[in-house]
Amino acid sequence: MNWIFEPWPWYVAGPLIALVMFSLLMADKNFGMSSNLRTLCAICGAGKSVDFFKIDWKAQQWNLLVLIGTVIGGYIGLHFLSNDTVVYLNPRTVTELKALGFQSAGSSYLPTELFETSNSFDVKNFSILAIGGLLIGFGTRYAGGCTSGHAISGLSNLQLPSLVAVIGFFIGGLIMVNVIFPLIFS
Amino acid sequence: MKNLIFLLIGVIFGITMFKSEAASWFRIYEMFQFQSFHMYGIIGSALLIGAVGIQVIKRLDLKSFSGETIELAPKTKGFNRYMFGGIIFGLGWALVGACPGPMFSLLGAGFGSIAVVILFSVLGTLVYGMVMKKLPH
Repeated sequence: MNWIFEPWPWYVAGPLIALVMFSLLMADKNFGMSSNLRTLCAICGAGKSVDFFKIDWKAQQWNLLVLIGTVIGGYIGLHFLSNDTVVYLNPRTVTELKALGFQSAGSSYLPTELFETSNSFDVKNFSILAIGGLLIGFGTRYAGGCTSGHAISGLSNLQLPSLVAVIGFFIGGLIMVNVIFPLIFS
Repeated sequence: MKNLIFLLIGVIFGITMFKSEAASWFRIYEMFQFQSFHMYGIIGSALLIGAVGIQVIKRLDLKSFSGETIELAPKTKGFNRYMFGGIIFGLGWALVGACPGPMFSLLGAGFGSIAVVILFSVLGTLVYGMVMKKLPH
């Protein structure tokens, strides 16, 4: 059972994600995490001034429970199921990232340069985290779904719009790492 | 009881995101540089099993636990919203290395600064709701 404390390989993780999707289908629900962001807006009262958030958020409670479970899962994953959380990357990736200023590549789970709380609140890093969040929240609702809703649920159901969205995800991601990263990191 | 099941599904998802390193910024960068099969293996195998399973559900007309027909909400037709929205999402995904599932897994794992990403992603959704009527869909 030692493998459970090691990083889980793709052929364990992929089937587990499929299991999550099928479990939700069996409970009459569709897998999609980003809908929760809309629900959170509705709970905060955004429905008073914006029609898009005039929804019965209580009908989305099940998805908020999945979200709370995801938080708990992250806690369990780190505290009870990991010996060490270093992400071992392709050596080429590590070299590239170090050249971009990420010395923590190959020796931590997240880049400490960006996510260590002592670094996250300088103007540049805070802006990166904030702008990234804005792009994710705006883009996912505009596209009508995120990785779970389109790349997993939508493509599994052979939905053409989901294929367009996933192609869009990759265009955006490729522009970010190839064009914008060299401009903002060095 | 049903609430507990949703919570448990979330726990399995959150553990999987953390333990598979799909919640690692580094893995997302590596994926967008095509330097590892790992993320493609995760998404690809989930998708393959998902697609086969959904065909089985449809062909055999399998029922859910409550005895209902299993409904998969079809995506509305269109191109612009999926392409433009997808690109905007992809820019953010690569920048902060987390999408709307893994960011909550990271919060649970104690990476406090991800709360900034979560907060602003809620704001981003709010902004979309305010300007959506002006956007091409």
